[in-house]
Amino acid sequence: MSGAAGGPAGAAAERPLPAAGRKEDARFIRGRGRFLDDITLPGMLHGAILRSPLAHARIASVDTAAARAHPMVEAVITGDMLAERGLAWMPTLSADTQAVLATDKVRFQGQEVAFVVARDRYAARDALELISVEYEPLPPVTDARRALDPDAPVIRDDQPGRADNRVFDWSAGDLAATEAAFAAADVVVTQEMHYPRSHPAPLETCGAIADADPVTGRLTLWSTTQAPHAHRTLYAMITGLPEHKIRVISPDIGGGFGNKVPVYPGYLCAIAGSMLTRRPVKWTEDRSENLMSTTFARDYHMRGQIAADADGTILAVRASVLADHGAFNGAAQPSKYPAGFFHVLTGSYDLRAAYCQVTGVYTNKAPGGVAYSCSFRVTEAVYLIERLVDLLARELGADPAELRMRNLLRPEQFPYRSATGLRYDSGDYPRALRKAMQIAGYAELRAEQARRRERGELMGIGVSCFTEAVGAGPRKHMDILGLGMADGADLRVHPTGTATLSVSCQTQGQGHETTFAQIVAAELGLSPDDVDVVHGDTDRTPFGLGTYGSRSTAVSGAAAAVAARRVRERARLVAAAMLEVDPEDLEWADGAWRVRGDPEQARRIAEIAMAAHSGLELPDGVEGHLDASAVYDPPDLTFPFGAYICVTDVDPGTGEVRVRRFVAVDDCGVRINPAIVEGQIHRGLADGIGIALMQAIAFDADGNCLSGSFMDYLLPTSVECPSPELGMTVTPSPHHPLGAKGIGESATVGAPAAVVNSVMDALAPLGVRHADMPLTPAAVWRAIKGCPIRPGPIGG
Amino acid sequence: MRVTVTVNGAERTAEVEPRLLLIHLLRDHLGLTGSHWGCDTSNCGACVVLLDGKPVKSCTVLAAMADGHRVRTVEDLERDGRLDPVQEGFARCHGLQCGFCTPGMMLTASWLLDHDPDPSPAAIREALSGQVCRCTGYENIVRAVRWAAARRGAGPR
Repeated sequence: MSGAAGGPAGAAAERPLPAAGRKEDARFIRGRGRFLDDITLPGMLHGAILRSPLAHARIASVDTAAARAHPMVEAVITGDMLAERGLAWMPTLSADTQAVLATDKVRFQGQEVAFVVARDRYAARDALELISVEYEPLPPVTDARRALDPDAPVIRDDQPGRADNRVFDWSAGDLAATEAAFAAADVVVTQEMHYPRSHPAPLETCGAIADADPVTGRLTLWSTTQAPHAHRTLYAMITGLPEHKIRVISPDIGGGFGNKVPVYPGYLCAIAGSMLTRRPVKWTEDRSENLMSTTFARDYHMRGQIAADADGTILAVRASVLADHGAFNGAAQPSKYPAGFFHVLTGSYDLRAAYCQVTGVYTNKAPGGVAYSCSFRVTEAVYLIERLVDLLARELGADPAELRMRNLLRPEQFPYRSATGLRYDSGDYPRALRKAMQIAGYAELRAEQARRRERGELMGIGVSCFTEAVGAGPRKHMDILGLGMADGADLRVHPTGTATLSVSCQTQGQGHETTFAQIVAAELGLSPDDVDVVHGDTDRTPFGLGTYGSRSTAVSGAAAAVAARRVRERARLVAAAMLEVDPEDLEWADGAWRVRGDPEQARRIAEIAMAAHSGLELPDGVEGHLDASAVYDPPDLTFPFGAYICVTDVDPGTGEVRVRRFVAVDDCGVRINPAIVEGQIHRGLADGIGIALMQAIAFDADGNCLSGSFMDYLLPTSVECPSPELGMTVTPSPHHPLGAKGIGESATVGAPAAVVNSVMDALAPLGVRHADMPLTPAAVWRAIKGCPIRPGPIGG
Repeated sequence: MRVTVTVNGAERTAEVEPRLLLIHLLRDHLGLTGSHWGCDTSNCGACVVLLDGKPVKSCTVLAAMADGHRVRTVEDLERDGRLDPVQEGFARCHGLQCGFCTPGMMLTASWLLDHDPDPSPAAIREALSGQVCRCTGYENIVRAVRWAAARRGAGPR
C-alpha cells in the first residue's frame, strides 16, 4: 500500500497506556531480560577474533599450528580457509565489500585476521596469543585530507583497476543558482569544521550465536542486529544457503543507536565456526573490539558557506565535504544517497538556493560511516547550518535567536520543497522557537550573560533549530542492496479478542512492545494489555528493513495502524451480519461498530472475533477470521523538528564546560507514548553533550586507535548531564496514518550544535569564533589561548 | 580452585580457574545472567553487584576474591513476589529503556537508599556517576530513585 490510509484521522485519539507501564520493564527490572550473551545452547563453543595490530600491512603468513594444538581449541579459521569457500569477503550494506578475515592485507587496526573456536571463552582468548602472523607494514592513510594525494597508498587494491582512495562523489542542489545567490549577497561567512569520528558505544557490545544444523541444513543465528530481515537476506547472498533455511533472531538488545545495523565479520565467523565444528558457536566482542572495529559515525571534514543580505535575510548555503569512510564503506544507507540526507543542509530556513558536494574517501581506519542516531547524515548537516547561522549572527551583530526567527520557514509554506529537493511535510518552526525561548527565559538569560561578562565570567547561550528527514522510504527512491525501504506488519486477532502483532522492526530499548500495542489497541478498541508484539525473529515476523533512521513508528508504526484498520473494516462486515444491518449503517465509535442512530446496538472486537470464528454465516469479504497484513511503503520522508537552547558556563582558567541548562522543544508529530518520547529526547540530549564535549575516536599518525576503551572514549555520566527542560508542539505529519514523524534521533541531531553554539557564545568576548568538537577542557583552553586548531592527530 | 560464595543468601561452591572474574562466575557458572558485562575497565558499571553490601564492579573482582563473602545480585531484589521500591521506581518513572545498565543502577541505588534514605537529585547523580546509561540521559533514573526513596519513607504497604 502507499499513502495515508485513513489519513491522520484519529491522530488526537487517546491511546491508553498498558496497566503496568511499559510492557518490557517487568523482565528487565528483575534481571530477566534475555540478551545475546545470556543465551547458552547445548554443546555451545566460544569464538574469539585475532585482530590486526597494524593499520596497513601486507600479510606474509599466518601460522595457526600452536593454536590448533591447544587442548581446548576445536578449530582455527583463517582468511584463506574462508576464501576456499568463497566467504573471505562479504558485501556491505553500501554495496562495497569488506573482508571477513583478511587474506591479502590488513587495512585498519583491529581488522579481523583469524577466528578461534574453543570450549570456553577464556581458552579462545588464550589461543589467540598462539597464532603467529607475519606482517609487512605499509604506509597508512590516517588523514582523510591526504587520502586523495597522488602519492597516497592505495588502500583498496583488492578492487581491480583501482588507483586512488575515492569512494564516491555526490552532489545535490543547484550550483549555478547557488553561485548567483552568493554573488549577489552582501555578507558571506565561511567556516571549516570537522565533525569528529564518534562511536555509538551501546552498553551491550555486538555478538552472535550461530547454530548450523548439519541434518536439516538450517542455520539459526541469534545476533545483536537492528535489522534481522536485511541481515538474513545478506547471509543468504554470502553463504549461498537458501533464505528459507536461515532464521535470524534478535533477542533483547542492549542499545543499538546504529551500531547494530551493519553485518560484522564476527557474525560470519560464528556461522563459519558452527558449520565447521557442527556445533553452536557464540562470539561476543569485548569493549575495545567494539570501539575499534565496529561502525563509527560522522568523521566529516566540512567547508560551509552562508550568504545573506545586510538586513539578515539568509539567501543560500553551500558546503563541500570530505567524508572519511574508513577502510571499507560499511555505511548502511539508501543506495542512491551515499551521503545520506546531508542535503537537508538548508535546515529550518527559507533559502533561495543551496548546493552541497560530498567526496567519500577510504582511510586506514575502522569501516563505517553512518551510525549513531544520525538520521542518515542529517546530524552533520544540522550542525553545519546551525553553526553557520550562528557565525552569520556574529558577523551581522545580530542576536542568534532573532536571526533564526527572521529566516525560519513559516507554517503556511508547508508542504515545502527545499532548495535541494526535499519535500518537508509539515511544521510550525517559529512556534517551537518561541516556546523554547519562553521556557528558557531568553531575554533574562541574555541580561544575566551581560552582567556576568562584566565580571569576566564566561556564560554561553546556544540556540539550535533543527529539521530532520526520517522514516526512510518510499521504496522506489530508497533501497539497501536493492531491498526497498518498506516494512510489514501482520495482525492476528484471536477468537477471544486478544491480538498478536508481528512487526519487522526491532527494538533496542525504544519500547516497541508497548508503543505498537498501543497503536493496535487504539485502532481496535482493545486494551494494550490484550495486544502482544512479536519482533526480532525472521521466522515469526513479516519482511522489513528494520529499525534505524527513526523508522520504527514512522514506517512500522504506520504498517501496524494500516493492518489494524484492515481488521476493523473486516470486523465491520461481520458486525453487520451479526446485527443484520447493512455495513454502511454502522459507524466506528467508542471502540465498537455501532448502528448509526442507535449506538446501543453495537459489537466490540472481542464479540466480532468470536463470531468470525464461529458458525455464523460470514458475509462476502470475510473468509473466517479477522487477521490482516500490511506493508507500509512511506509516501515520503517525515520531518520532525525542534528548537533547543543550551546554557553553559566555561571556566576561563581550565576550559571546563558545564552545561547548566538544556531547553528542548521537540515536534515529532503525534506522540503515541509521551513518556517514551520524552525518554528518547533525554537520551539524545545526553548524546549531544557527549559528542560536543568529550566523545571522539582519535588516531595517531600510524593509525593506532587512541580511543579503544571507556577510559579513553569518554561517555557522559549522570554528573555531566543536566536535568532537561522539555517542551513540545504537535504538528501532525499529513501523510502518516497516525500523524507521527519519529523521535529516536532528534535530540542527538539537534543537541551538538546547541552545545557548541553555547560554548562559542561563552567564548565570544575572547574573540573565539570556532573550535571543533569535542570541546574538551584542553580544546577550550587552546581556543581561549588563540589556538583553536589542535596540533596532532585528527579528532584527538 | 574451589570458591564458596554466599550468593543471594544461598551458599554456592564452584571449581574455577584462579583468573575467573566474578561476573563470569555469576553468569557462566551460576546462571545468574541478570548482571551484565559492559566494558572490562570498571567504567560502565553494567556489572555492579553488592559484595558484602557494597556496590562493586564484578568485571574487575576475581571470583577468588569473593570466596567466603556475600554477593547480592539483581535477581534478589524482588522478595516473596514483592518488588523492591527501587525496581518499582525504575518501572514507574521510565528509568530504563534497553535494560542493560538497569540491574547495576538499581543495586547502587538500593545501597544509596540504605545509607541516605532521602537523597537529593545531586546526591543520586553523584552516587551513580561511576556507571553509564546510554539510553535515559539519567534524568528518569534520578526520578526513579527519588520515587523509591519516597516509597521507602512511606513504609511497607
